[in-house]
Amino acid sequence: MHGTKILEEADRLMTVCNSCRYCEGLCAVFPAMEMRRAFSDGDLNYLANLCHACGACYTDCQFSPPHEFNVNVPRTLAVARAESYAAYAWPRAFAGTFARNGLVISLVAALSVAAFIFGFAALHDRQVLFGTHTGPGAFYKLMPHNAMAALFGAAFLYAIGALAMGVRAFWRDIGEPIGMKTDARALLQAIRDAGELRYLDGGGVGCFNEDDRPTDHRRLYHHLTFYGFALCFASTCVATLYHYLLAREAPYPWWDLPVVLGTLGGIGLLIGPIGLLAERWKRDSILVDEARYGMDVAFIAMLFLTSLTGMALLILRETAAMGPLLALHLGVVFSLFVTMPYGKFVHGMYRFAALVRYAMERRAMAQGTAE
Amino acid sequence: MADLTVKFDVLVIGGGNAALCAAISARRAGASVLVLEGAPKFYRGGNTRHTRNMRCAHDAATDILTGPYTEEEFWDDLLRLTGGQTDEELAKFMIRESKDILNWIVEQGVRWQPSLGGTLSLGRTNSFFLGGGRAMLNALYLTAEKLGVEIVYDAEVIDLDIEHGMFLSAKLKQPIDGTSEIRASALVAAAGGFEANIEWLKEYWGEAADNFLIRGTPYNRGSILKMLLDKGVQDIGDPTQCHAVAIDARAPKFDGGIITRHDSVVFGIVVNKHAQRFYDEGEDIWPKRYAIWGRLVAAQPDQIAYIIFDASVRNSFMPTLFPPIEGGSIAELATKLELDPAALEKTIAEFNAAVRSGTFDHTILDDCRTEGITPPKTHWARRIETPPYLAYPVRPGITFTYLGTRVNRQARMVMKDGKPSANMFAAGEIMAGNVLGKGYAAGIGMTIGSVFGRVAGREAAKNARN
Repeated sequence: MHGTKILEEADRLMTVCNSCRYCEGLCAVFPAMEMRRAFSDGDLNYLANLCHACGACYTDCQFSPPHEFNVNVPRTLAVARAESYAAYAWPRAFAGTFARNGLVISLVAALSVAAFIFGFAALHDRQVLFGTHTGPGAFYKLMPHNAMAALFGAAFLYAIGALAMGVRAFWRDIGEPIGMKTDARALLQAIRDAGELRYLDGGGVGCFNEDDRPTDHRRLYHHLTFYGFALCFASTCVATLYHYLLAREAPYPWWDLPVVLGTLGGIGLLIGPIGLLAERWKRDSILVDEARYGMDVAFIAMLFLTSLTGMALLILRETAAMGPLLALHLGVVFSLFVTMPYGKFVHGMYRFAALVRYAMERRAMAQGTAE
Repeated sequence: MADLTVKFDVLVIGGGNAALCAAISARRAGASVLVLEGAPKFYRGGNTRHTRNMRCAHDAATDILTGPYTEEEFWDDLLRLTGGQTDEELAKFMIRESKDILNWIVEQGVRWQPSLGGTLSLGRTNSFFLGGGRAMLNALYLTAEKLGVEIVYDAEVIDLDIEHGMFLSAKLKQPIDGTSEIRASALVAAAGGFEANIEWLKEYWGEAADNFLIRGTPYNRGSILKMLLDKGVQDIGDPTQCHAVAIDARAPKFDGGIITRHDSVVFGIVVNKHAQRFYDEGEDIWPKRYAIWGRLVAAQPDQIAYIIFDASVRNSFMPTLFPPIEGGSIAELATKLELDPAALEKTIAEFNAAVRSGTFDHTILDDCRTEGITPPKTHWARRIETPPYLAYPVRPGITFTYLGTRVNRQARMVMKDGKPSANMFAAGEIMAGNVLGKGYAAGIGMTIGSVFGRVAGREAAKNARN
């Protein structure tokens, strides 16, 4: 017996699939399943997070609906996955944020944008807020650098801490039977698998989205989004180093590293989310967890807004719009940080942990066979 | 939507591997092609949906095959498993062509993978479809559509207009856009056997056929086969025979597919509804031991039997869809199975007493056997003594039938008078009996389908042009 109805269904499906095994070449989920004869809650949460939702196993399955065996692995694992996000949330009191995630994220975003605008307006007179500021330190006329660093540092650290607690809970849950320790090889393998989105390719032809014609669009858009995000993050890191090590203050000229990284990343983070949203819109409803539509959209929208406001700030930073745009951008980024542990962002953390686990298991199996 | 009022070069009836290979090959040869699939879109493809591999000859190991499987070895296997009931010329032709199919099928979008977990014994001979049979079908359909093959689903054909061995038109049950008569210059019949037609099976098996389960599509009712034979095409293959394996009695009547199978016979004993053993459970190794039990169970009262084993071997075989039925004692298990407890206790006690210990190895014909009981268990015999006691109820699961249309090397149907048909071709299960008069080897049905489908399509296209 399992803790939830969806895990009961996942168990039923894995029992069907384990007696068939036709899909074992498509992704990591089925080989991981084959290493087990029975499935604990932890096993099912592991498999759910290992699934990249490429949809191939649904399109390829002779038992998918309307067949009476009603095998729909992508959707079942999507629901189980989303429920696992809530189950691992830290602190526990915030587990409920996953239930109406779109609303929660929108509210947090609106409130933090409003807080920055009111803050700026309260602290500065109109000349400063709507003034034109240029040259090094221009941003800090609106918000002192130390205040900015302290606020965002705290938000970021909180997010990291809460995410780490969630991953810890997940890792413990899926720890048996091969133990909790991991190693560099498994980590490197997981970094590669995640970096390539190796298991979002339907076993080689691409993922299935709106129909039975495979495409690689989702993988492309996800790459643009993820690497766009990574470049933006790198831009911020470089700027921080500039500030503290070289005493060079933002804004930086267009050719300087933080701006180049931020611009490239920002472009990825504009196109990627739009593409993902469009693909999500088109996606066959049979494959997805419709109840979590808000969670998917909210996260994609937040990434898009982060980039959009950042790019607007870059383009208009020497005009009177800079003050309001800075407030807008900081508000969006702040809410992105604080909601990270309570939204779709966590999928990356748990999936990565699942990939590490899979790399360990696969090696253990290979060694077992060789011995 | 296709304009069905025009006369097509090639009409393909059926929608599985053989039909799609024929359609693609005819289209690539320049013909206009219409595929009429009797099933709705989800159930398209007949039993191809349930397949997973194909047996092709190859002279060397490949990325996915662990070693060579020569034409000679393939022929030897075929000769042995059919007991000689095969057309040597056709069979050798098929085996030769199968070599090229390994590549040709990939050109049609199908992807291979190494043998699946639990099927290592096929790793050298059989190429597995990545994602299984439905994935293979999906790839063929995408390719056919891309090439401009017209495909209509839910298109059941209820009559064929054939004159002196020449196909003229096919009649649809439900008109499509007002058209119910489909004309074509050549016909490829690739509509499967009649295993899902219980009434037809009853002609040979009597009322017992009511207790048969059909492992595959409910759409293989043999209607096209019957029409062809009624209209002068020569038959081949034993009409009374079908391929049957023992599958879980709890499986659905149709379409349970591969996951309802049981391969645990060697780990225990098999009893009938009177709790009596009836055949040597240790006679032979896979795949023969797997293939004979359908027929054996079909001969038992009410066509039901029970594989009985104990907790010590519970994890010795692949996990099953349906869990075993459990009992803390033999009597409890018997009660759950609605068998006479005393009779089952007696059968197991006698079996246990007859077991002579040896070194158990289920991969070879080992030396664990019984002495002094009838029937014996000649290999893998071990006492059933560790509770809980476990059982799978099994019934005959019908896979395919052998009756078909006779064809020549062009996959062209041969008429009762021995003359080749003017424009009718056949591929797949509907003509498998030419090559496979009896028996079965994993993946051979798909080889027959792809090879003769490809040939039939090519020849039909050529025929249509002339």
